[in-house]
Amino acid sequence: MLHLGLIAGERSDDRGPREVIDWPTKFDILGSQARHPGLAAFYGAGVVSPDTPLTEVPMVAIDLETTGLDPECDEIVSIAALPLDLQRIRASETRQWIVKPRAELNEQSITLHGITHAQVTDAPDLLALVDDLLRVFARHVVVVHCREVERAFLRCAFRQRIGEPIEFPMIDTMAIEAGITRRRKPGLLARLRGQRPPSLRLADCRARYGLPRYRPHQATSDALACAELLQAQVAQHLAAETPVGALWW
Amino acid sequence: MQIEQLEILDFLRLHPPCSELPEEALRRVAAATDVRYFKAGTQILAFGQAAEFWHIVRSGAVEIFRRSGTLYNQLTEGGHFGEFGLLRNKRVRFPAKALEDTLLYLVPEAVFTELFETVEQFAEWVEVEDRSRLRQVVSRHEGASPLMTATVANLVGRPTVVLDAGASATEAARHMCEHGVSSLLLTRAATPADERPKVVGIVTDRDLRSRLLASGRPGSTPVSEIMSGNLISVQHNQLVFEAMLSMLRHHVQHLPVMRGGQPVGVITQSDIIHYESRNSLFVVGNILRQTSVDDLAAMLPDVRACFTRMVAEDANSRMIGSAMSVIGRSFKQRLLELAEAELGPPPVGYCLLALGSMARQEQTIVTDQDNALILADDFDPRLHDAYFERLARFVCDGLARCGYEYCKGGVMATNRQWRRPLRQWEACFSEWIERPTPQSLLDSNIFFDLDSVAGTGEWAATLREHVAGKAKGNAQFLACMARNALLRTAPLGFFKEFVVESDGQHTKGINIKRRGTAPLADLIRVHALAVGSTARNSFDRLNDVIDAGILPQGRGPDLHDALEFIAMVRIRHQAADLAAGREADNSIEPEALSDFERRSLRDAFQILANAQKFLKYRYQPGRAG
Repeated sequence: MLHLGLIAGERSDDRGPREVIDWPTKFDILGSQARHPGLAAFYGAGVVSPDTPLTEVPMVAIDLETTGLDPECDEIVSIAALPLDLQRIRASETRQWIVKPRAELNEQSITLHGITHAQVTDAPDLLALVDDLLRVFARHVVVVHCREVERAFLRCAFRQRIGEPIEFPMIDTMAIEAGITRRRKPGLLARLRGQRPPSLRLADCRARYGLPRYRPHQATSDALACAELLQAQVAQHLAAETPVGALWW
Repeated sequence: MQIEQLEILDFLRLHPPCSELPEEALRRVAAATDVRYFKAGTQILAFGQAAEFWHIVRSGAVEIFRRSGTLYNQLTEGGHFGEFGLLRNKRVRFPAKALEDTLLYLVPEAVFTELFETVEQFAEWVEVEDRSRLRQVVSRHEGASPLMTATVANLVGRPTVVLDAGASATEAARHMCEHGVSSLLLTRAATPADERPKVVGIVTDRDLRSRLLASGRPGSTPVSEIMSGNLISVQHNQLVFEAMLSMLRHHVQHLPVMRGGQPVGVITQSDIIHYESRNSLFVVGNILRQTSVDDLAAMLPDVRACFTRMVAEDANSRMIGSAMSVIGRSFKQRLLELAEAELGPPPVGYCLLALGSMARQEQTIVTDQDNALILADDFDPRLHDAYFERLARFVCDGLARCGYEYCKGGVMATNRQWRRPLRQWEACFSEWIERPTPQSLLDSNIFFDLDSVAGTGEWAATLREHVAGKAKGNAQFLACMARNALLRTAPLGFFKEFVVESDGQHTKGINIKRRGTAPLADLIRVHALAVGSTARNSFDRLNDVIDAGILPQGRGPDLHDALEFIAMVRIRHQAADLAAGREADNSIEPEALSDFERRSLRDAFQILANAQKFLKYRYQPGRAG
């Protein structure tokens, strides 16, 4: 997934200590309000408590490919998801859904994620996939690289299809990387000399951990790349006992 | 829809053994593979834990250990581990640790086992017994050699020279002069734009002479009128032998070599004669015909060509080793004859000894001269030594000019110490064997490989019998010899562009003789002495040792394979040096080794290391033989 607009600047909510979001309680409330049965079941399945050590948290890394960058008018064309925990990335359980967008597929995005008109024309509408998606996400903490974009697109797509948005906790490898690099931020002098803060693009983050270069803008590869990055970040900089609440949004 | 990860599939496709899998099996593996990241320094597998996966290194580096904690291997991208435990009792046998930040691919046990049982090449590759894998490598090579006889393509030295058949005889002659060739292929294009014109004939020096000049025809005669139109040719993959028969049968001296309907060159009778002259028999014959040291020294290119030819024809190390030793002996024999012609007949009888690799018939192209003289027992130094001093000087200086470097340790007949009567030699060997010290045996090690080159050959045999009789059962002597045989060890293997030592240190390159063939020969010599063998060649000695039944089951053939493989790597490396115009040597740079060579060398080094452990155990001081 591409997220050019958000890469250069820092995000205000990544700074400093923050209040831990109580997702289990949020799920209780959302569950009681949900009208769509699949969505109600999703919330009803619950979520781990914020003090669960990361090493015990079931996660699912996801990536979306879209027709553009604006969640209000662009559409999802492909979703990939693969389960992981700190012990193993279950690449063997990778799922991918090709989705027929309600808007036109433009030439640029075709070249980007290699999905063709033909594939999309034969694909189902996201509405037909909602239950399947929700079952894969249920009881898992979602891992993404750059949560704002993924979250906005999913909310929008759900609202358009089932008339209500979807909310769930996300671990964001980009936010983790921003926190790590901020700790090693160059001093004033270095900044005056023109040193720029390190890039937070997925490929650049991975390179810092010695992770191999994968082809970009391919949902399954990006989801795998994101999962590997999370394991590397935890191995290098975070304790496996870190409570999940400190990382989720 | 559940799908395989393209990144995983593409990676597996590039690295053996998965690269050898059929497409459908490869996709099955890729779809079943999971992933995990390990930070440098973290434990990946602990001894005895359940073995659930076969591991492939996607990026980074991993160290594998023995149970004892000693290093077993270092792996980089594409390396794999964990097969041992999966194939045995499903418990981890070799612990593993991340040497660098590492990304691993995990293939579930069930998928691995299925591949192992159904895909033969896969099973062969991951077969955990290093020794049986090397056996396959060596026997495959042995099996291949009789089939790999030289083809005419080896003789084609220059690109084909062609001319349009419409040219005149003068133009043809001029074209031949310009290119310095004695024949010309004539072509005719079907259309003006024809890229591959058809060869319609050949014209040679002889045709110009007999069909043009002798017939009094003018130079303007079309070359097509004097050419031979009925073209006799050979295919590029025919044997040299067949080309020779074809020339004899058709009374032609030039044969176009064709490949896919197009000429790739022309071979001549002199090409064949030249090629055959690199046969070791011809080289030996030529050496014995030379009449001066200068002429002998001029044989060096032929000797090298003979060596590279044998390597190219896939001869095994034993064939090459004996051929090079015979050539070395011939130089010595001819030099002795030339010396006697200059110095007069010897005052008393003598025997020139070859020592070390020449005596073992394991010479390569990089070798120094190790020799000594046995003199008749009526030798009187005051009367006779000046003659033998000059004789030895003549031979050793001559050898140095013929490419055999002086021995750095001074083990040469020019050294007074190594010119002695037979009786003194016997006393000398008795002293070494009966009162051994590690130092005295280190210095005298080379004398335990001896062979006669010229003169009274029985004396060399007498000495060998003397040594064999005294050494066998002499525990103290054998213990000293064994101790010395452990001084040089093999490295553990290779890692990126480095050699990995057994303590995990990395070095730039290795001397394959010092770290491979020499310690193997040393080790085999100790066993041979212990069983009273009088054989000289390491393979012959090994057979005697195997027959004596002192090695654990299967270890003898393993040693044979290890010696053969390491020796061939050394020989091929030297041939490659010569082909590239470099000075040949014994040092091997890891980057020059193929994956296959690295892997098989590692197996061979492992066999050497295990054999050294056994040697140490078997010949402990004080232990009864």
